[in-house]
Amino acid sequence: MATLEITIDEGVAAAPARRGRRLGLLFWMAIGWMTFMLAVAVFAPVLPLPSPTDMDMLERRAPFSAEHWLGTDGLGRDELSRLIYGARISLVVGLCAPIIGLTIGGALGMLAGYFRGRLASVVVGSMDVLLAFPPLILAMAVTAYLGQSIFNLTLILGFLGVPAFMRVARAATLTLAGREFVIAAQALGATHARILLRELLPNVALPLLAFFLLAVAVTIVVEGALSFLGLGVPPPISSWGSMIGEGRESLDVAPRLAFLPAAAMFLTVLAFNLVGDTLRALTDPRQGAL
Amino acid sequence: MLLFVARRLLYLIPVLIAVSLLTFFIASLLPGDLAYTILGDQATPENVAALRKDMGLDQPVWVRYFGWLGNILQGDFGRSFRTGQTVLQAVAERLPVSFELMILAEVIGLVIGVPLAIVCAARSGSAFDRFMTGSAFAMLSVPAFLSAILLIYLFAVELRWLPATGYVPFAEDPAANLRFMVLPALTLALAEWPGIMRVLRSDMIATLQEDYIALAKAKGLTPARILFVHALKPSSLTLVTITGINIGRLIGGAVIVEQIFALPGIGRLLVGAIYTRDLIILQGVVLLVAAGFVIMNFIVDLLYAVLDPRIRHGHA
Repeated sequence: MATLEITIDEGVAAAPARRGRRLGLLFWMAIGWMTFMLAVAVFAPVLPLPSPTDMDMLERRAPFSAEHWLGTDGLGRDELSRLIYGARISLVVGLCAPIIGLTIGGALGMLAGYFRGRLASVVVGSMDVLLAFPPLILAMAVTAYLGQSIFNLTLILGFLGVPAFMRVARAATLTLAGREFVIAAQALGATHARILLRELLPNVALPLLAFFLLAVAVTIVVEGALSFLGLGVPPPISSWGSMIGEGRESLDVAPRLAFLPAAAMFLTVLAFNLVGDTLRALTDPRQGAL
Repeated sequence: MLLFVARRLLYLIPVLIAVSLLTFFIASLLPGDLAYTILGDQATPENVAALRKDMGLDQPVWVRYFGWLGNILQGDFGRSFRTGQTVLQAVAERLPVSFELMILAEVIGLVIGVPLAIVCAARSGSAFDRFMTGSAFAMLSVPAFLSAILLIYLFAVELRWLPATGYVPFAEDPAANLRFMVLPALTLALAEWPGIMRVLRSDMIATLQEDYIALAKAKGLTPARILFVHALKPSSLTLVTITGINIGRLIGGAVIVEQIFALPGIGRLLVGAIYTRDLIILQGVVLLVAAGFVIMNFIVDLLYAVLDPRIRHGHA
């Protein structure tokens, strides 16, 4: 099957370091796609697009044409327009929810990492409880009680992200809290608040940002899954997940109705994962990035 | 070891209590009155008041929580006001389906992920390794419901080899049962193998640099024997960890997959309860799933300690 070669050693040692320094074409392509999706989503109302919710029962599942660039869906709504308005939902939920997690989780994690002691055990313990629920199940149960809306969805997915952000921030703070510059600041009589905000925060920010991008990818997927099941954003708002769900019904006659939003979601999630993973590798202390 | 188990068990109790609190209060404090939901169109003020009194909803929330917890400790999770079935009956009926799905998925995931990880580790840096590492990374961006749609399109709509939806109990007709299970299990496995492969690959690459591997090579052992026996065994720890981490995602994935392929498992019960606002079933299932998840993680922790003595003694 395989012959063991000595080249193994250099392959491992060299690859991550090299990739860390040069970001590569894929990274910039991912950035490009993210920028493109963001721009399209932001400017959707001023783009010359048909309404994403106007139905045309005579033009159901129409093929690609000059009038409907990507055809129409099962209710005669313009597919391109729905894709772009769907991007707004995915990106609004995908970006806002992790911001909640980043703010609360980041703050808790830094406090737990800096002060340790009893505060840390309370924070870590309560996060363990949140982690005891399979995330998707908790999200489904809470949306069922709270009612379906974009705001509720964002809030729930945001809170679900808190434990993960807490862990990342705590781990980063723990390693930094013993470093010389923190001890120096303490010796100079800096207040806790100053050390946390001026010394630690700038150093914790980058790993948190890398994790934020990965969290965006996960959130887009979870929002998609909930909307796919009809438990996410309420109709007639278009979301990639609900479009894939609707497209599923016509896989035999018009598979593109499922595949177009699926491709959009895949590329967007992949882009966030790629950029997030590259930044994570760059900021990973194990590779001596500092 | 006993001390370690006892400590972990003690830690389990507050977590389980907190889980029950969270489950109960999500259900009770949020808007929407259960009595209105049950009565629906027939909700008159008198009816609602009578039903509320009947169900104890007029009592303070703490009293209701302890009443609920007391019943649960006696094995009474309540019954659905729609079907009359108890939560335990409903769960017991559907659990085998979900278990079969998750076990099949994990097995397929391991069958794909472990050999790929070994080959990639043995030839790390080669074109094959880079291609597979890239594919695994891309697959991490494909959510279960996307691969489900693709698999249904390919195998059920275009090729017509396998059914898209449906279920037959294993005891009734094993062959038919497996035919229905192939696509759902494959869908979940497609989300599992990249994680397994990535972690095991980097673990094995590190293991292959150890001195005893060089010794094994010097002794003239065959590459296959070195890879599968000497290198894979110490990496079993990693596999246990990944399986532990995967459980949560597997449960979430199973919910979606059961819904897509119309498998009568726990996930379908849960989603159905949400659609029909069957709050008693919802509460019971969420609690049972969360408790099961906590206990499974506990077992993984124990396995981990058995495999690596450093953890028992708190050095890791």
